Amino acid sequence: MYRMRQWSVRHARGLNRVYRWLESALVSLAPLWRAIGYRRLERPVAAVERTVKGILFDCRMCGQCVLSSTGMSCPMNCPKNLRNGPCGGVRENGHCEVIPTMKCVWVLAYEGSTRIPGGVEAMQAAQAAVDQRLQGSSSWLRIVREKTGERA
Amino acid sequence: MKFEDEPVPGYPLPILPGHVSPGRFERVLRAGGFAVTAELAPPDSADPDEVYRRARVFDGYADAINATDGSGANCHMSSLSVCALLTHTGYAPVMQISCRDRNRIAIQGDILGGAAMGVCNILCITGDGVQAGDHPQARPVFDLDSVSLLGIARTLRDDHHFESGRRITMAPRVFLGAAANPFAEPLDWRPLRLAKKIAAGAQFIQTQYCFDIPRLRQFMAAVEDLGVIDKAFLLIGVGPLRSAKAAEWMRTHVPGLHIPDAVIRRLAGAQDPAREGRNLCVELIQEIRAIRGVHGIHVMAYRQEESVADVIDRSQVLAGRVPWYPARDTAPSSAKGSP
Repeated sequence: MYRMRQWSVRHARGLNRVYRWLESALVSLAPLWRAIGYRRLERPVAAVERTVKGILFDCRMCGQCVLSSTGMSCPMNCPKNLRNGPCGGVRENGHCEVIPTMKCVWVLAYEGSTRIPGGVEAMQAAQAAVDQRLQGSSSWLRIVREKTGERA
Repeated sequence: MKFEDEPVPGYPLPILPGHVSPGRFERVLRAGGFAVTAELAPPDSADPDEVYRRARVFDGYADAINATDGSGANCHMSSLSVCALLTHTGYAPVMQISCRDRNRIAIQGDILGGAAMGVCNILCITGDGVQAGDHPQARPVFDLDSVSLLGIARTLRDDHHFESGRRITMAPRVFLGAAANPFAEPLDWRPLRLAKKIAAGAQFIQTQYCFDIPRLRQFMAAVEDLGVIDKAFLLIGVGPLRSAKAAEWMRTHVPGLHIPDAVIRRLAGAQDPAREGRNLCVELIQEIRAIRGVHGIHVMAYRQEESVADVIDRSQVLAGRVPWYPARDTAPSSAKGSP
């Protein structure tokens, strides 16, 4: 929902803190996840992730979440799926070239990132092109596996 | 300037030390010349002569010719094939690659193919949305964005492999460019976005039309503060406006175009608006040239390409230099610029 998405950007600082906490909690529980098995966890965790992030960010489940580098504004809501910043077509009122009723995802991202400590610097990191194979999979589990050095 | 190792038109120049491409455009910029690039609108036709006719208009005035890639999301002859025709006679094209119509498999193939046909300059751009053009029913691709495209092109050139990691046997020797729009929101972030593109591999930058010098100065000052002003060659976009009505149409229909009201008022009050538009363009070029960190201009004169010669002559930015064109060194000097 567009309204909710804007709310999330306004509360980017708090949400980023929650996110950091969630990430460390999930990573610290890695032995449990390993015991249950990542493959078995994938569907239920992805379902929870889709619901929570769907409400807060209009998440599209790209499977490679970059919210903390984009001021809590999901770049997959950009009609051009841009992951590295706004195109040159942003309107004078800050709205999207393709969907004139919607504020540019990257204008929101810039607003959100100014609220997060180090947020603007984080936006400078070049994001690789989306891996289409990860569409629909859980970013959370992927991050845990990456942080604990486990194979996908 | 004439290079002493100037080969037969269509044959590549040797690559100089510190250069990445064998192209004239990179040579002019690295030699400290104030460069002029011009945008060629690819024809809605399969006739090669139409491409050559459109290129000849810039003879003696452009260091490189940009071949647009479905600009405004309208269908035209492809950028790659316009470039193939142009390199054949020795012109230095800038092959524009937009992320809108092709995925990474097609784009990487085009980079290799373009380089094989003598393309030395590539401009990596996002591309206008399909809703802006004549095929709004088309599927937008956007598999890559301008920054990831720059990264992939640089990997092909410097690391000799595709995005997949598979090796290529000969790297494309290309000078990489990106676009910038200093006049669109979020204004504060635009200089950072430029820095990001430079970090991703952009060596030259061509900007959107500039009609607002104070805003350009602010942008350039911010770019300087970021310490990247000397890390890429910046060419500022300019172009003559035909009338107040045309300017008004452009600012409502061309995404991201910023034309201040004062410009429109000036054109509306002029007796000969087209002439006033060219005068304004000349004045803008002269002001732009004086800004630190600017290395050239990129002229976009859609449907009034024939006015480019006049605007460049009057602005005196070439300072007597005659950019190379196929007949330059054989033609009598009085024939300069005639098509």
